[in-house]
Amino acid sequence: MAIELKMPALSPTMEEGTLAKWFVKEGDEVSSGDILAEIETDKATMEFEAVDEGVISKILVAEGTDEVAVGAVIAEMIGEDEEESAAPTPASTPEAPVESAPEPAAEMASEVTKPSSVSRASDPAIPEGTPMTAITVREALRDAMAEEMRTDDSVFVMGEEVAEYQGAYKVTQGLLDEFGGKRVIDTPITEHGFAGIGAGAAMGGLKPIVEFMTFNFAMQAIDHIINSAAKTNYMSGGQMRCPIVFRGPNGAASRVGAQHSQNYGPWYASVPGLIVIAPYDAADAKGLMKAAIRCPDPVVFLENELLYGRSFEIPEVDDYVLPIGKARIVREGTDVTIISYSIGVGLALEAADALADEGVDAEVIDLRTLRPLDTETVLKSLAKTNRLVVAEEGWPTCSIASEIIALCMEQGFDDLDAPVMRVTNEDVPLPYAANLEKAALIDTDRIITAVKKVCYR
Amino acid sequence: MAKTPQKASSKSKIPAKGATKTTPKKTAAKPASRLPVLKTPIYKASKAELMEFYEQMLLIRRFEEKAGQLYGLGLIGGFCHLYIGQEAVVTGLQSAIEPGKDSVITGYRDHGHMLACGIDPNIVMAELTGRASGISKGKGGSMHMFSVEHGFYGGHGIVGAQVSLGTGLAFGHKYKEDGGVCLAYFGDGASNQGQVYESFNMAELWKLPVIFVIENNQYAMGTSVNRSSSEDQLYRRGESFRIPGVQVDGMDVLAVRGAVEEALKYVRGGKGPVLMELKTYRYRGHSMSDPAKYRSRDEVQDVREKSDPIERLKAMLLKQGVKEEDLKALDKKVRKTVLEAADFAEESPEPEPSELYTDVLVEQY
Repeated sequence: MAIELKMPALSPTMEEGTLAKWFVKEGDEVSSGDILAEIETDKATMEFEAVDEGVISKILVAEGTDEVAVGAVIAEMIGEDEEESAAPTPASTPEAPVESAPEPAAEMASEVTKPSSVSRASDPAIPEGTPMTAITVREALRDAMAEEMRTDDSVFVMGEEVAEYQGAYKVTQGLLDEFGGKRVIDTPITEHGFAGIGAGAAMGGLKPIVEFMTFNFAMQAIDHIINSAAKTNYMSGGQMRCPIVFRGPNGAASRVGAQHSQNYGPWYASVPGLIVIAPYDAADAKGLMKAAIRCPDPVVFLENELLYGRSFEIPEVDDYVLPIGKARIVREGTDVTIISYSIGVGLALEAADALADEGVDAEVIDLRTLRPLDTETVLKSLAKTNRLVVAEEGWPTCSIASEIIALCMEQGFDDLDAPVMRVTNEDVPLPYAANLEKAALIDTDRIITAVKKVCYR
Repeated sequence: MAKTPQKASSKSKIPAKGATKTTPKKTAAKPASRLPVLKTPIYKASKAELMEFYEQMLLIRRFEEKAGQLYGLGLIGGFCHLYIGQEAVVTGLQSAIEPGKDSVITGYRDHGHMLACGIDPNIVMAELTGRASGISKGKGGSMHMFSVEHGFYGGHGIVGAQVSLGTGLAFGHKYKEDGGVCLAYFGDGASNQGQVYESFNMAELWKLPVIFVIENNQYAMGTSVNRSSSEDQLYRRGESFRIPGVQVDGMDVLAVRGAVEEALKYVRGGKGPVLMELKTYRYRGHSMSDPAKYRSRDEVQDVREKSDPIERLKAMLLKQGVKEEDLKALDKKVRKTVLEAADFAEESPEPEPSELYTDVLVEQY
């Protein structure tokens, strides 16, 4: 039996990549540790090493092939103990293994990979006829930072691996080359310290962008985000400002366990003095990141690792800046409102499409900014649909969902035809096991169930 | 430079009783390998300068005494940390920096620093009484006062936070290439906080223009330095980051001024941070509600009698021929200033209720 060499994953969230280069050819003898090929994704490059000893019998995916699914068989080799005669296996076309990508990987990431083909209302901020182009959320964030850095010398980026490594999640890719080491600064692993240095630099008149590799690590620095950044303007009677952006991925990624999988949106959104932004698509990521950098108030900008690689249409306009504090109706509907933000918006849109097939016309609202909350848009939609569900990738207790429900009770009670429901993650630390993780996280089906419940269907 | 042994300019241990009244002397302290050694000369002040120092220290002393009084009368609420005893530290340091260029940041025991930055005593006192005319419109209180105009960046209530923030101010000076230096003041208590060392590391790594000023008043609230610090010679706390440190008699304004001039020279030269340990003493409790069970009355009395920075300078002035009545007149002038500040603070109205909602954010969204 030939040994199958499969397309490796470089990260827990990788689904496919480019087979950039083969370092071996058919018939080559290899021993464990030999470099066989180079694999690339938009985030990183990795050398693929042999684990077993033997002879490469077949190369099934040619070098330069894009979109090779993780787990696809890319080559075969004969183990050293095997007979040479075992080598010729029934011919399989090079394309075949790519198509038969193992199900588990694809399924696990299916939520993530699905292109957003759902119907969307157009952003009213974009004039009709504006040419659109598709970019990833990762690129949108990087472009926003680069554009602002070009126009304002006081903007700089600091954090772990933002410069030479090009960003742990490649969000700052290319910035060091363009702006140099003075403005793109690698820090030691010292969140508390560099968050304080960033806040101090902001107090002194600069506009720092502080990247946390993930917001899980920002807990080491939360004192500076809240006590130093958020409260300063108030405590100083308005004379000392702290114009800083704290940014990085937030929420559950994929199979990284409890300490690396938490949504801090509700934490920061509870603090007066902070602006909290959590965009879903690339256009909002760009327009709001640019607004955040220009903002004279401290901003917590919550990104999502699973969204970084997703492509969205973004208007081709110069200087695309969006207003902070404005939600967006991403899908218009009349029967029920689904409120969400960040990665939950994609699930809500999927749910809305599925519900449409069953005759339920759902309106989907992307909050985009969690603080200050756009209560007007929420209440207006409630007045229209009279039914509301909040979908949130995060814990239920003291959540944004809780806040929306309180808002509906206090200011929208007369418009309610049904109790407001929240669909969230389970109230447990996020488990590692694939099945348990899946069970703990919000999904489209749960949103559909909740919507049907408030619609009494 | 500097392959010579590090000078320890004080006794090898924190004295159990009383503050330092030391002249720098060589000890058998182990040499810190290859760290630059900064000099700590005694500053040679003119008579006019001596008078200025005297007036500044007296203003802080009288201001704090008045604040203590107003606290007792219920006019000042919350926490109130007095600076009495430590006046020489801030007076000596602030006299050496360049206003409008350098920046200053400290913790919650900040009244003295504000006065030494030249901020109007009226609006400082009015902040203490929580009035609309206070420097933070009454919304900050004793621990949270700022004056960007004077290069005074607070006034921070979280112990140790000002060290990272001050390092950030220094980062700004270097980034903007404005030639400024940040004086980041903190206490012996804060010197055990983790972020202090995170900041040391980055400050030296990036050669930031910051002077870390440890005001060692020998008690972190009620815990003495020797009960809380494995290395109680705090000026050495930067050694593993390659930050040179000096220990200075913080009860002697001329020693403070002399040492900081050398430190400033080093830092302005782009060589990175310096750590200064100023050995001083606080006469009053940690805050107004301090029961002071952790030290004896005799200990405090002993320092007051032997090392008081104001009395020390007064003696020097008299020796130089300044007349007793001139000093009395100065005292009278200072008392008047403080009295006016107290009246101002008492008579100013409280903030308008509508101020509750202002300044939360700079912009409307």
